[in-house]
Formats: sequence, structure tokens, C-alpha cells
Amino acid sequence: MRACVVVFPGSNCDRDVAVALRQATGADPVMVWHRDADVPAVDLIVLPGGFSYGDYLRSGAMAAHSPIMRSVIDANRRGTPVLAICNGFQVATEAGLLPGVLMPNAHQKFVCRDVTLRVETSQSIFTSRYTAGQVVRIPIAHHDGNYHADAATLNALDDQGLVAFRYCDADGRPSLDANPNGAQRNIAGIFSRDRTVLGLMPHPERAAEPAHGGTDGRALFDSLLAALG
Amino acid sequence: MKARVHITLKRGVLDPQGKTIARALGSLGFAGINEVRQGKTVEIDLAETDAAAAHSTVAAMCAKLLANPVIEDYRIDLAEG
Repeated sequence: MRACVVVFPGSNCDRDVAVALRQATGADPVMVWHRDADVPAVDLIVLPGGFSYGDYLRSGAMAAHSPIMRSVIDANRRGTPVLAICNGFQVATEAGLLPGVLMPNAHQKFVCRDVTLRVETSQSIFTSRYTAGQVVRIPIAHHDGNYHADAATLNALDDQGLVAFRYCDADGRPSLDANPNGAQRNIAGIFSRDRTVLGLMPHPERAAEPAHGGTDGRALFDSLLAALG
Repeated sequence: MKARVHITLKRGVLDPQGKTIARALGSLGFAGINEVRQGKTVEIDLAETDAAAAHSTVAAMCAKLLANPVIEDYRIDLAEG
């Protein structure tokens, strides 16, 4: 599997995800600068976490219009999967790769801690190495993770099985107490309609080896390797 | 021309900053606050001198970048520069 990681000014999880990709696939991903005109021919594009453009205007809004994003959108239209983590998720919604928007956390605080998530489906190239209903522990670190969309969009996500992860308690219940940011329907991650884009606020690359204190994120990279070779 | 773009959250979209401001004003002794909604203002100095042309340009800027139509509305005020 050949992957590339798009680096925006202010990205700060680009190298973390590169390490996770290398450990899972044995190959270094190509690091692509946001001013580059084209993404190289790859099997996977990663939009990493961070604070691209200092979150000016709205999180992800400036990066969504970076020169490289036209090429990312074109590549995805031709079928190249996109993994969008945290700020990458914000960029993906602003760029129209995913529906909805990530608003400031309801409590107005930056939140940085492990959360428990329920894997909603294993029917995707991103989650095949999990089981549906599995509860995993993965860290979050964000100020704007409050997923918002209109009711029709939320219903469509649910009806089409496009919610990938929900914040839940230890028993897998998506309770109000388990919701760290006010996200509607406890949504932590969603797929695009064709399931070639996954956007999620939690950081699987920060739970990918024992030294991280948890390895529940590793299966996401293993899933991609299994699907993309 | 000078354009002033007022960007506000749509009705029905939760505004955590507005709620926090309302609470702070209440704790400062300001009574009778029903609701606070916070928005942002973007001022743009345009070379364009025709109001209709300036308005359509700024509306395009709002649609493409300045506002997110999922959660935000905008209003454009124009003044002679």
C-alpha cells in the first residue's frame, strides 16, 4: 500500500500518522506539501490532524481551498480512499468530501483525553479489522469536534450505515455523559456515501503501538493494509 | 467600495460562545438577557466602484469561503469607499 500524507501549514499529526502507516505497511508514506499541484499516484490519501492555518475563519476552511485539495478531490472521485483525522475531518467537511461541519465543542474547552468509541460497522476498508459493536479506546484532542448537520443529513447517515464511530460509555452505550463535545447523535466519525472517505475526530495514530498506552487504533491501519495491499 | 459582511449562525444552530457570553453578562449583573448570539464581521476594501457588481462578487466570496452554508447565514452591507 502506497500512501501519501498532505501537510498543511499548522498540521502537527502528519509525522505521527506517517509512523503509524510505516509500522502497519512497512513503507514510508509520501509527504505532500499543500502548495503542490497534484497528489502522487497512491492507494490512500491522509489528511492529518493539527491546526491548519491556525484555524483561521473556521477550522479547516482555509486548508479546504489549498491548491492540493483540488487534486485530492479529483483523486477521490476516481476512487482513491481518503482518511481524514481530526483537523483532516474538518478540512474534508469544508471541502465537501463529507457532509456536515465540526463546530466548537459545546462546553467551549479544548478536550484532550482517551474516549471510548463504538465501532458501528466493519463493512468498510477502514474498519474491516474491527467487529461491529466493538468498544475501543482512542484519544481525542480538539476544540472543534462538535459534529453538526441538519436532520435530513443525520437521518441519511444513520439510514445508510455511514456513521463509523460513536462516542459511548464502557458498555457501548452512546450516552450523553460519554459525549465529549456535544456532537449530534454522539457521532465521532462518518463515511462518505461511497465509503471511500472516513473522517473521524479521534486519533487512531496515537493508539497504534504499546508505548502509546493503547493499541486500539492499529486495526484501522491494518484494515487499510488488508484492503489496499 | 467597502463591503462589510456580517456572518451569523443560522437560527436553531447551537451557539456555545453566545451562551457563555450570556452567562458572563448575567454574572456581571446585567439582567433581562433572553439570548446572546455571536457572529463575525469581515471588512473588505474593493477596487470595484459599481455597487451591484461589488455585491455579486462579495456574495460569491461568501458562498465559496467566508460563510459555511451548513451553519451560517450572511448579510452584506456596501458603502462608498
